Amino acid sequence: MTNSIHANVSPAPRLRSVLQITAVLLALVTAGFWAAKGAHRGWSQNQVPVHQKDEITGLDYVTYEKRFVPGVEFLGGGLGLAAGLFVVSIFCNRKNNHQPSS
Amino acid sequence: MNKSVLVSLLSFASVGLLSAAPQSFDFKDPKGVNAIQFHLDSLLEPISGTANGVTGTVSFDAANPAATTGKIVVATNTLTVTNSMMTEHLRGEKWLNAAANPEIVFALTKLEQVKTMGNDTTAIATGDLTIKGVTKSISVPIKMTYLADALGKRTKPENKGDLLVIRGEFSINRSDYGIMPGQMEDKVNPEIQLTLGIVGAAPKA
Repeated sequence: MTNSIHANVSPAPRLRSVLQITAVLLALVTAGFWAAKGAHRGWSQNQVPVHQKDEITGLDYVTYEKRFVPGVEFLGGGLGLAAGLFVVSIFCNRKNNHQPSS
Repeated sequence: MNKSVLVSLLSFASVGLLSAAPQSFDFKDPKGVNAIQFHLDSLLEPISGTANGVTGTVSFDAANPAATTGKIVVATNTLTVTNSMMTEHLRGEKWLNAAANPEIVFALTKLEQVKTMGNDTTAIATGDLTIKGVTKSISVPIKMTYLADALGKRTKPENKGDLLVIRGEFSINRSDYGIMPGQMEDKVNPEIQLTLGIVGAAPKA
């Protein structure tokens, strides 16, 4: 009985749900990661400047720390991909609606 | 007796001459502090970076700072910004072409408006700046700070010698040096602000 119910479920709604959940998760993870790493509004950095001062000469100088800080292109890319997945999921739904009912 | 007085006088005179002689300061800093910082306004955020491959020598006489001469060299492939892709573009063929132009050179020709107060000397330094194979004469305000017997404090106490700190802030136009002239000016400002902060050492035997 249970098997026959599963056999009647069309794969399109399931795919649509998977795509939509993935899109939402991707958007949340991208925005969360960007915010957690400092919400940098410039380009992504893979080496971060650290300002230091030489005690004897008083000279200010910069060293670089190797770490990734996501920028706006990272945020835009992640949100754009999530939006793309969501749009694809809508088309999956339409395809399902055009199927003839028996 | 007269002989020993004469020898003493000659000794004092020679010490005086030696201390008044110009010293050669080497600007290859073992602590890696020496750098030129650059700053360009850009579309999304300013592009800021450093070039720390500084070498060169400056001849400086504390008794006569106006007679200072020297040359500072910056290795083009040490120009660095916070994004490695942008760093590659900066060193690449379109921008500085570091492979063909490995050095940025400033050769001092004269100092004007020299004013000394204590250890500090301010002046307008005129010299030939070469970037991307293009040489232009520029005049920039600088401040030189002479730190006598400070080498040991900065390195090892047994190292005797003096330090010379040079600071300066000035702007150049990238178009003047053939760096993407007239191109992308709406995205990357043609004016480049440069901040110089370097220290040279003159060890004493």
